[in-house]
Amino acid sequence: MKFIVAILLTALLAFAESLFFPWWSIAIASFIVAVFIHQKPWKAFFCGFLGLFLLWAGQASFIDFKNEHILSQKVANILPLGGNTLLLILITAFIGGLVSGFGALTGSFTKRNSD
Amino acid sequence: MRIIPFIISLIITIGLIIVLNIPLELSGAKTPCFGAFLSPQHGFWQNAEPIENDFNATLKFPDLQGNAEVYFDERLVPHIYADNEKDLYFIQGFLHAKFRLWQMEFQTHAAGGRLSEIFGTKNGTTNFLKIDRFFRRLGMVYGAEKSLEALEADSITKNELDAYTAGVNAYIVDLKPNQYPLEYKLLNYQPEKWTNLKTQLFLKYMCFDLAGYDTDFEKTNMKGFLSTGDMEQLFPATQDSLDPIIPVGTAFATPGITITPPTGLDSNYFHTNGAENGNSIIQPDKRNGSNNWAVAGSKTQSGATILCNDPHLGLNLPSLWYEMQLSAPGCNVYGVSFPGAPSVIIGYNDSIAWGVTNAGRDVKDYYEITFKDSTMQEYWYNDNWVSSTFRDEVINVKDSSEVHEKIAMTVWGPVMYDKHYENILHNGKYYALRWKAHDPSNELLTFNKLNHAKGYTDYLDAINTYQTPGQNFIFASKSGDIAIKEQGQFPAKWKQQGDFLMPGSDSSYQWQGFIPADENPMMVNPAMGFVSSANQMATDVTYPYYLAGDATIFRGKIINRLLNQMNGITIDDMQHLQNNNYNLFAEMARPILLKYINQSQLNQDESKYFDAFKNWNLNNDINETGPAIFKLWWESLSNNIYQDEFSKTDLPVVWPDEITLVEGLLKDSSYKYADDINTSETETIADMVLKSWKSVVSEIKSADADGSLPWGNYKNTGVRHLLKIPALGRLHLPIGGGEGIINATTSDHGPSWRMIVQLSSTTEAYGVYPGGQSGNPGSKYYDNFIDYWVAGKYFTLLFIDKEAAVKSDKMKWKMTFDKA
Repeated sequence: MKFIVAILLTALLAFAESLFFPWWSIAIASFIVAVFIHQKPWKAFFCGFLGLFLLWAGQASFIDFKNEHILSQKVANILPLGGNTLLLILITAFIGGLVSGFGALTGSFTKRNSD
Repeated sequence: MRIIPFIISLIITIGLIIVLNIPLELSGAKTPCFGAFLSPQHGFWQNAEPIENDFNATLKFPDLQGNAEVYFDERLVPHIYADNEKDLYFIQGFLHAKFRLWQMEFQTHAAGGRLSEIFGTKNGTTNFLKIDRFFRRLGMVYGAEKSLEALEADSITKNELDAYTAGVNAYIVDLKPNQYPLEYKLLNYQPEKWTNLKTQLFLKYMCFDLAGYDTDFEKTNMKGFLSTGDMEQLFPATQDSLDPIIPVGTAFATPGITITPPTGLDSNYFHTNGAENGNSIIQPDKRNGSNNWAVAGSKTQSGATILCNDPHLGLNLPSLWYEMQLSAPGCNVYGVSFPGAPSVIIGYNDSIAWGVTNAGRDVKDYYEITFKDSTMQEYWYNDNWVSSTFRDEVINVKDSSEVHEKIAMTVWGPVMYDKHYENILHNGKYYALRWKAHDPSNELLTFNKLNHAKGYTDYLDAINTYQTPGQNFIFASKSGDIAIKEQGQFPAKWKQQGDFLMPGSDSSYQWQGFIPADENPMMVNPAMGFVSSANQMATDVTYPYYLAGDATIFRGKIINRLLNQMNGITIDDMQHLQNNNYNLFAEMARPILLKYINQSQLNQDESKYFDAFKNWNLNNDINETGPAIFKLWWESLSNNIYQDEFSKTDLPVVWPDEITLVEGLLKDSSYKYADDINTSETETIADMVLKSWKSVVSEIKSADADGSLPWGNYKNTGVRHLLKIPALGRLHLPIGGGEGIINATTSDHGPSWRMIVQLSSTTEAYGVYPGGQSGNPGSKYYDNFIDYWVAGKYFTLLFIDKEAAVKSDKMKWKMTFDKA
């Protein structure tokens, strides 16, 4: 339960912060969630990771669906990913997840004992 | 707190963020900042515009004086209905910025020599500092500043441009980083405020593109090893097959200006020697040109005049053009505008239509300067040492120190080439540039007046204010008039003045005056029932002034031939004419090749492809193999004929025009250049024709084998993004045509806007350009016109008043602009 709440809260807070602050505010979001919802470091990492992975994958997929892949195909050729838009969405989500995961991991180390 | 894991984890997190927050170096080019770029709420995903995007908006600005409504039709063309013209231009600026901001700024950065600010000295294989130095030394900023003074001295254009600039900036100030156009995110920089100077810089860029071509250095080099007779034969002042804009036989008035050539021309000007070693410079595209024609009611089915125009320029995305209707009390005009400048540039209003083709006249000359010493403080002029002034051009280079170009200014103009900036002849000499684009001029006034023109008198009054780059302004009106005039402020030159580098110590070599506007070539309501231009020379040699410059003949000749034959002309006929792929050059040249080829000397492959060429229908259609075979053969022939003469130098040269070789071979069966001067035998035309054919058949055969011989594949037309990123362009387009063809589409160049306007009681107009209204590569409106353009199809242009717009089912979105 705590695990799922942490994922959802991370995603929600990262979304809200991104409305006003630069992209790296996602690490602050996951850090804060990990401080207040204390979990073992590896669990905190995965909550942070999954929170942003799901958020960014969901946002990118939604945007891409409404855009009918016009831009994702172009960017997936520039980067270069051979025009693979799914791969582009996965990379987007992974990068967000990674930064957020480490933010959460850092947050989890602010408490001595973990349950 | 677990201090050590915390610190390690913190460092990893921060390190990760830093790496993702800076551009990385990848094979010499910079990547975007991946974190921000990939973030769905910040980066490129924000530019992925929903297919069903809602462009409706209600906007308020304190700068507006009244209320305005903008209706967007289904092609995203805005129709602006404003209370007053100030608001009209404000909204035009706002919409240009909304849909084309990156392009507007990028083009003016290029014109003003500021690309290094974005890219640094180099990015990938492009040396941006080199490009910037070139444009600074060319005096682009200098010219723009001077013309801005002229523009701001006139209250009409000052008010127009101030309102436009305010509109652009109204969009920019509210722009959040996540809304920046994609290219800013790719290149990691930010938009800056628009200024009136930027508009002038853009217009100067058009001057460079259209009146910036010259061959003065090359020709000076060549007269060092070619005789005067050879120069005249290879670079004739006119051609026998020329069909000028103003028909042969037209009488011209006595010139208002008397020109006295300097004394001692033969020894001081025509016979000085060229020099050693060279490299390349930036030249505008020689193929920049266009077609326009207007037919009188006597030749049309409807009895109304029809005007057509297709300007040929580099094919780019976002497109150079942005289509719109501008409507306010006293002004109602439709056409294409330049993102970066107010008003409509090519279009029509309630009473008239107009279009342009490039005049290509030479208004760019160089003068050799003798300085007292390398400090360039004093130069020799009319037997005196005269003090120069200096202009300091500062180029800010990203991630590097600024670069200063200290440019000496003389009575002629800026010293473009000096010891720090070598000319292509590498002779170490100083050359000042006398360029018409440096003179104060106010081209926006011309377009403002054309936008408002009611008839022929207004048209003349409008274009007579126009200076640079010289254009053939074509005109048709509802009242039945048609006209054409080659307009610009052209220097009155003695014969061959400025074809070569000129001495700068002697004022008798200066331009002695400008041809009065009413002596520029023009024609109104001719008996033949049409007027046309296609970058051929405006007149034959009976015109009392020297027509220096760059001209071509094939398109003009075929247009006139076809228009002469046509009667009862319809819109459909005009669409077919603009898309005509007939190759007149091949029509003239093929008989030469057929006459001189010795077929008994051909092997099986050589015969096979020769037959294909012989049976070609002379159309440059996509599936024909003839055009590629002809192109390869003729290039090889030209090379075999002239290479020996021109290989006497390692320095840059220009080659004779295609028509020069065609006419030379048609007229003279013992054309002297056919002989290879490096061999002891005397080669004939037949030898060269056979040699050329044999040398290209293997290339033809391999092209045939890999499927690239059909013309559409061989030519391989693409519309490329301004940054040359392949994924952002549209490549491999199946379209015919080519250089010298009415459908002048080459691999990266061609009809950038096709327009047909029939001025019947209700105007009927059609148009298409190879792009789309949105500059955003993530929008479906980015390139949605391209397939239409390729297929030779047109959109019906919606030119309606506000009452009709409100009711029209073609209008999909509405923006209201109110005073805040």
